[in-house]
Order: sequence, then structure tokens, then C-alpha cells
Amino acid sequence: MGILKTFALGGVHPKENKLSANAAIEVLDPPKQAFIPLGQNLGAPSKPVVARGEEVKTGQLLAEASGFISTPIHSPVSGKVFKIDNILNASGYKQLGIIINVEGDEWMEDIDRSEDIVTNIDYSSEEIIDKIKKAGLVGMGGATFPTYVKLMPPPGTKAEYLIINGVECEPYLTSDHRMMLEKGREIVVGTQLLMKALKVDKAIIGIENNKPDAISHLTELVKNAEGISVQALKVQYPQGGEKQLIKATVNREVPSGKLPISVGCVVQNVGTAFAVYEAVQKNKPLFERVVTVTGKDVKKPSNFLVRIGTPVQQLIDAAEGLPESTAKIINGGPMMGKAISSTEVPIVKGSSGILIMKEEEAHRKTESACIRCSKCTYVCPMGLEPFLLSRVSRVGKFDIAEKEMIMDCIECGSCQYTCPANIPLLDYLRLGKNKTGAIIRSRGKTA
Amino acid sequence: MYKFTISGSPHVKSDESTKKIMYGVVFAMIPAMLVSIYFFGFQAIRVLVLASIACIFFEWIIQKYLIKGPSTINDGSALVTGILLAFNVPSNLPSWMIIVGALVAIGMAKMSFGGLGRNIFNPALVARVFLLISFPVQMTSWPKPTGFSKGLTDVITGPTPLGIVKEGLGAGKTMSELRTETPSYVQYLVGQTGGSIGEVSAIALLLGGFYMLWKKIITWHIPVSMLGTVIIFTAILWGANPEHYADPAFHLLTGGMLLGAIFMATDMVSSPMTHGGQLVYGFGIGVLTILIRVWGAYPEGVSFAILIMNAVVPLINQGFKPKRFGIKPGIEIKS
Amino acid sequence: MESIILIAVAALGGVGFVAAVILFFVAKKFKVYEDPVIDIVEEALPAANCGGCGFPGCRAFAEATVNSAKENKNIDGLNCPVGGNDVMQEVGKILGLEVEASAPLIAVVRCNGTPTNHPAKVKFEGATSCTFAHALHGGEGGCQYSCLGLGECVEACDFDAIHMNPETGLPVVNNKCTACNACVIACPRDIIELRKKGPKDRRIFVSCVNAEKGAPAKKNCQTACIGCSKCEKVCKFDAITITSFLAYIDFDNCTLCRKCVEECPTNAIWEVNFKPRKPKVDRPASVVEKGAEKVVSKEKPIPLEISVDKDQPKKENKENNNKENKE
Repeated sequence: MGILKTFALGGVHPKENKLSANAAIEVLDPPKQAFIPLGQNLGAPSKPVVARGEEVKTGQLLAEASGFISTPIHSPVSGKVFKIDNILNASGYKQLGIIINVEGDEWMEDIDRSEDIVTNIDYSSEEIIDKIKKAGLVGMGGATFPTYVKLMPPPGTKAEYLIINGVECEPYLTSDHRMMLEKGREIVVGTQLLMKALKVDKAIIGIENNKPDAISHLTELVKNAEGISVQALKVQYPQGGEKQLIKATVNREVPSGKLPISVGCVVQNVGTAFAVYEAVQKNKPLFERVVTVTGKDVKKPSNFLVRIGTPVQQLIDAAEGLPESTAKIINGGPMMGKAISSTEVPIVKGSSGILIMKEEEAHRKTESACIRCSKCTYVCPMGLEPFLLSRVSRVGKFDIAEKEMIMDCIECGSCQYTCPANIPLLDYLRLGKNKTGAIIRSRGKTA
Repeated sequence: MYKFTISGSPHVKSDESTKKIMYGVVFAMIPAMLVSIYFFGFQAIRVLVLASIACIFFEWIIQKYLIKGPSTINDGSALVTGILLAFNVPSNLPSWMIIVGALVAIGMAKMSFGGLGRNIFNPALVARVFLLISFPVQMTSWPKPTGFSKGLTDVITGPTPLGIVKEGLGAGKTMSELRTETPSYVQYLVGQTGGSIGEVSAIALLLGGFYMLWKKIITWHIPVSMLGTVIIFTAILWGANPEHYADPAFHLLTGGMLLGAIFMATDMVSSPMTHGGQLVYGFGIGVLTILIRVWGAYPEGVSFAILIMNAVVPLINQGFKPKRFGIKPGIEIKS
Repeated sequence: MESIILIAVAALGGVGFVAAVILFFVAKKFKVYEDPVIDIVEEALPAANCGGCGFPGCRAFAEATVNSAKENKNIDGLNCPVGGNDVMQEVGKILGLEVEASAPLIAVVRCNGTPTNHPAKVKFEGATSCTFAHALHGGEGGCQYSCLGLGECVEACDFDAIHMNPETGLPVVNNKCTACNACVIACPRDIIELRKKGPKDRRIFVSCVNAEKGAPAKKNCQTACIGCSKCEKVCKFDAITITSFLAYIDFDNCTLCRKCVEECPTNAIWEVNFKPRKPKVDRPASVVEKGAEKVVSKEKPIPLEISVDKDQPKKENKENNNKENKE
């Protein structure tokens, strides 16, 4: 196979722990009560269009987009709107959301529920983008950036490559892996749709080498699809980051502070490609997704196809309950996921996994003095100096932090993962980014 | 109801730790320790044990009564300093001088800056230079390697090969004459030569170096750049006048060159943070070492060179940033 | 021998002379005219350089006042919170202007989420930074408006006026407060507010900023403002307004009558530095007599601000020392 491609700078290789890699995707029943937060995408939250007491069907529009970077939300269940109220979401904050009491499971008539795979593409580029926009698609990898925005390159830029992110570099998570194995054909069609929407003729599906079955399966499937190739990549975290994946697959570096489109690339997750297929070919808006439920003490690590708005508790029950030893529940992967404070939190469009950590691994180790080993600098995929940035952030010297390019940090956590002195580097980097960002914004206002 | 923990990502941690790194270094020094014990016998054991215990003791007492912080002796850094200090002194150094050295290393060079990670200079080297300047006679009378055959008292002392060459050249002898007076290259490699207890055996030191490279405790940048600079610099001098200047292999294998390149210059705390900076740092040490060895007053220059470059490290850190992602060198990005 | 001395003297003297000439011309050429009044005004300022006035330091503030006096013939909108009224009157005198007296302010912490009132449901681990914790989660007790207790306000204070109370986990302001606004800016949750110091340091305020509805607010914290608007009704002076289920007392209208304090069902309204009430109100029997079923004890929260004034700083200092040593 020769030397496998990967990105150039830094990177770490945490223990993979893909416990649920062999668990086929199970379809989970809709919840009794669905909690649908209105802010499920990066950008402005959606505006509700249903009222209390209204009957809704699965797939019906619940909330519409409220701005350029915003997406509509569709009902994941059928039933009656119980109320529109504040609900706790994964961020730990209460947020406006729609609560629906579920009755039966009646879908909108225009959704094609057959199992047939529609491979013929008879839509124009604009029609595809419009369908994606109306279906409320967001990046399924976790960043939840509205998909259609990425498909409309700003004036002066042109997409050359579509890169499909099947890297899944986060330890534990296997939802993308299972998707590629079980929904490979749909993903390929979804990729073709995205290529057409972007008017590009080259697409690369990047997959890390720890998923050989997915690589061979997709390589087989793309044989007849013109322009699509599968690229095996060396296992290296954070290869799933957009900038790192572009570097690894087409060897281009996105300039600091710019978007991937500036080097002619658009990156979409495999989950998004599947959702594109469903939205365009099957008229099905985004209201369910594959979520991994895993953890060392979880009795049955699984991958579930769940409706948006299902409380996390129901997923945990389906994985045979919360283990006694639980000390931390993470929404997402262990490197970038967010710890959640309650199992009542609902699954949203961006939830890729629920990781349950036991007491022994859930806690931070005691911080000791920095020994200036510079390991954080070696592993930083953005070529920053985390030790320096965290130190200046700690003492409030945000002007230095800005000069040392703290805003380029992608918060991948490689530095903190590797630090032998257990310094919470990323905590302080986040603090610094937060404050520096505020300073830069306020400067923008006055200038 | 479970009481969950909330913390920022990442939620997993590598098994790297300060302790692991420090004991890794100690492990890497074992071959050199064994060689020194083989050649210098009980005296080497005495120096090693005394220096280690003294360093750990001073660290503990200063941390407890002056800094009043939690004990840091378990992290192994004091042990590393102790062994390195022992490596840097002759085997017949009086015990009280070793204890003074340990006090200087831990008290003056390390704890007065705030403890582990804050010192500017390599503690063991500060102590060595302190001892060398304070007690030049004891610090430069090197016992010949005799092993356990001779007793504890009866040792023959003599100058190091570097000393012989320096003195000889000063007296007008040529290199070819002097090479007959100094040990052969094979003896340097094994360690059968006079010198500080840790610096004699090139093979043992290299073994430790490769172990640390394999365990990623050090990177290749500092040793390669430092030794490469020495080889090139001395090769130029040697090519110009082989009778007046020693050859590169001689410079490489004698004195504390390898000890310095592998264990002293690569000290994490006092070396630069980026690979570019490390190359410059190694280059600086190489040039300074040869300048001192060839034209300076001392026959040996590694420790001075490293200390001088230690002082420059903050500047190097300012000037040599890692290669940033998405920034083409030389092009300023307007924000 | 003598010639050497002479040469040395001549050489050094020559160098000195040349340098003096150069310096003379440079000083002439680059001389910047500055209004001497600025220096006088700066003298009058407290020289704390805290930035509470909105300028980078006392010098900048002095410049701003002098410029404003020259251009607008007034120094409205410019105020040194640290120096307070006295200093501003002094500055006015220097500039020959009338300066309106402003009431002295003090920072007030508007949260009472102690471990008993607002028990922790999750445990936070990580950097001791409120800004970071605020971005990460809603709060250990579940109230997303609550004080995070990591002391960014304490770090921001230049005057040793705000300290963490280790028992309550909340910051406490003492009388050294100069109302410089630093803690208000530092708090990511806008819990701290500058309020009128009040006559004899007496003040009444709502010690809660929870904008949730009554039930969810009360679920997390016993002393949350539930927006019941009882205080609004009882207030005769229109000092209390309720916006998004949260009462706010306008300190300009408040007459310190304390009626709202008695009325509040969750003890969210605090009175500070008042004399103990007449027993009539305080006696639990009276509550029963009224026939109301509320068993809520009318024990008012201890006005921490006076009780800790003397002891707290010392205790805190000791703690700080320990902390520093640990680091």
C-alpha cells in the first residue's frame, strides 16, 4: 500500500477503543416525548411556525430558518405540540425548544419510505441546493454548519474538489463507520449529488486506515462512479478537521483565517452525504441520525438510528442501561465532545455519539509544573505553541495571544491530551480565544 | 441520581507524565553508570549515590521549608540532576564537594528560580561549573580507569586526553606526537580513558541516547545539530593544519561532548521549544565548544557552551516559531 | 603620567560635550507641548490607574478632562469612580467648572446560590476561570444565571475589595470598593452591578439575576427570584420593575422602606446594614397569626457585607498566600 497520506503538522494517536464497530445500526423507536431545541445549527436559531396544541406529522416543518446562516427544523415525530418552552440542551444551557407529545408515527405523504435506491439524478444544481436547504441539513460531523451555505461558494471562488469526510478520527465513535458499511450506496449517490450541486468533477472520500472494511467496500462501490475516489489515510488525530483533511487528501493548506473554499475544496461528512441523498432523492428532511452509544462499562455498545429530540436516557436504556460506575457522559467523542449534565438532554442534529466514562477515566489528573518538554508544540496540528498561549491567557495578556495566532486554534485537544504535566492547556486556550475574540470583535465595531 | 463530572474536552489523556519522562532519562543513563562503575569502581558508586541522595534531600528540604509547597521529589527530576551531577565530576572528588555541588544545583540553579520547569540553566551544569571554578585542582585531577582492582585510596591521577592535547600544543608539540600519548579511539568508545565518571564511554552514552529517541523523550535536533557543527568546524580546522588541530573524531569522542549532546543540552527545561530553535541552539553549542576548546583557557568547553546557550534560549524561543499551518513563510497575512 | 590624566579628561569631556549638544538639539526638535493643567489634574487623581473611568490610566483621564473642559466647557460624562465626588469636585475647581455631585456607588453581588440554596448537581473540573466555565456549562447547580464561584472578579479587583467566601462559594464586597467597574466587566454572567452605596451604607437589592420562569428557577435554587411581582405591587414608589420574570429595584427611586423585603416569598430581596427589625415582623408567630400557610422562616440572610468587613480580608489574605505557595 506504500506510505499512507496524512496531514503534515503535529497530531496524536489516542487509543481507538472502537467498541461498537461491529454493532450494526439499530432503529430506535420514537420517544414518548420529543424535545427539539430551536438552535440546532451554527448561526441563528430557527423560528417556530407551529403553535401549542397543533397536530404535526413526522417530517412536517416545525421551525423555519431565520437568517442566512440558519436552517429549518422538521418534526421528527408525529403527535401534538405540548408546548414551546425552555429546554436543557447539550451545551448545559436552557434554550427555547418545541416539546411534542408523540402519538403514533404518521409521516408526511411526500416522503419516499421505500428501500429502493434511487441513483438517477434528475435535478439541476440549484434544485439540489434548494432541496438541501429546505430539508434543514447541517454538517453531521458535529460542527452543525448549514450544508447549503457550503455549497454556494462566495463570488470569486470556485470549488475544485469535494472531499467526503469518512475519517472519524475521534476514538470510540463508530457511527460514520457503520454508515459507510451499511449505507455505502446511498453515500455514493449523495456524493454525486453534492458534486453536481458544486459543479465539481472530482470527489475524494477520505477514510482512515483503521477501517479497512469501509475502505474496500466503498472502493468497490465507486468503481462505476466517475470522478469519485477513495483515499486511505494513516490513522492520526485530528485528521477529521477540515483543514487537516484537505492537507492530507489534496495537499493544500487553507490559509490562516480563511475557509476551505479559498483553496477550492468543500468538505462534507459521510453522514451529510447520506442525508443529502435522503433529502434530494427521497424528499426526507433531516430528522433522524445515527448515534453511537459506547463506553468501557456499557453493556451493549451500539449504533442507533434515532429521531432528533430523543432524550439521551432512552438511548442509554437501549444500550442496556447506565453502568454503576458512570462519572461522566459525553455528547460526541472523547477528544472534542461536550460533557453533559443530565440524561434528559435531547439528541440534536449534531450529536454523533454518547460516550459514557467510568469513574477511573472521567477525572482530570493533578496539574504539575510545566517542564517545557514542548510536546504540545510538536503535536499541535496548527503549528501553534499551546504552552505559551495558555500561559498568556492565564495572566490575561491577550494582545500576545492574538499575535501568536490563538484564533487559529481548532480546539482539537491534542496538546492537553499529550501534556505530561496534566496542564489544562485547552481550557486556558478556550479562555484566551473567548477573550481575544471579544477584543477583536469590539475593535471591528469601533474601527 | 448520579453526580456527573463536567469538564472541557479532551476527556482522555495520554499516559505521558513528568515522572515517566524523568525515569526514562534515568533508565537511559544506566549503561553509562555501569561503565563508570566498571572503570572507576567503588569511587563511582560513592559519587553517584551521594550526588543523587544529596540532590533529592535538598529538593525536599527546600520545597518543604522555603517554598512550602507540596513535595516534588517523586517526579524524579532531582534524581536526574543528581546523576547528571555525578556524571560531571571526577570519581575521586571529596564527598563534601559533591554535597556542595548538589546544593548549588538544586538550591541555586533550580529552586531559586521557582523549581522544576522554571530554571534557565541546567542545574547539573551550573554545579559543575561552580565546582570547576571553586576547586580547580580537585575537579581536574582525573583518576585513571582502574576498576575494582585498586583500593579506595590508591589511585593514579592524570589529565584527560583533551588536557594532554591542550597542554602539548601549547608546549609546541604536534598532533601526531600527542596522539601517541593519548588513548586510542577504541578506548574512547569503550570508556577506558580519564575523565568525569559519566563522560568516558561513547558507546554507553549513545545507547542511552537511542533509547531516549525511541521513547520520544528527546528529539534528534539538538544532538545532531550540535555534533554536526562540531564535526564540520573541527574538520575545517583539521584540514587546514592537521598537525596543529585535533581531528573531528577526537573532539567528538573526548571530554563531555557526547554526554553534553545527549543528556545535558537536550534537557527539556533549558532548551528551546521548537525544532528550528533547537537546531540553532545545537549549532551555537557546537561552535562555542570548539572555540573554547581550541582557543580558550580551558581544555573542555561543553559545559560553558551549554550554559551560555541556555541564557540565549528565551531569545531563540522568541525568534523561532513553529511552522504555522496555513501561513506561507515570508508572507504576512493581513488580518 | 600627567599627560595620560589630561588625555583622559579631555577625551571624556569631549564625548560629554558632543553628546550634550546632540541631546540639546534633539530635545528642542522633538519637544511636545503639553498643557501643564493636565499635570495638575493628574496630581488630583488617585493614581490608581485602574481604568474604571474608561480610560487606560489616570493620565489619559486627565487629558480627556482637560480637553473636554477646553472644547465643551464642561466635563459631563467623565467621572473618576475611585476618587468619587471629592476628587471630581477638586478637578472641577482646577478647571474652573461646576461639577454635579454624584452619589457614591459600590459593587453588589446579585446571587445567593450558596451550596444549601443551590445544591450542586454536577461537578466542574478544569481551569479556574469563570469565562471558561461559563462557556462550558450552565453551572454546577443547574441555574444558568448563577455565580460560578471561580473568582474572576476577585482577580480583576485592584483594591482588595472583593474576596471569595469559602463557605458560600460566593464573592463578597467590602468597603474598600471604589466602584471602578472592573469586577462588573470581569463577570461573564453580569451578576455584579454597581449600585448606590446608600445612606449609612444601607441598600436594598434583588440578589438574583435568574430570568427563568418561577418554577424552573425555584427548582434549582431556593432563593431565586421567581418573578411573582409581589414586590412590584407592594412598592409605592415605582422603584421595582419586573422584566422576564426577574424583579429589579431602581436605586434612584427606592426609598429603602423595606416593604418589598418582607413581601418576597423566596428571600431574594436583600437589605444590607439595616438595624434589626421590630420584633413584630420577625416573630414567626406573627406569620402564623396572619393565617397564611407559608412556613417560610422570615430569617433574613445575614448581611455578609458588614459582618465580614473586619475578619474576612485577613482570612482571605491568608488563603491567598497559601494558594500562591501551592503554585
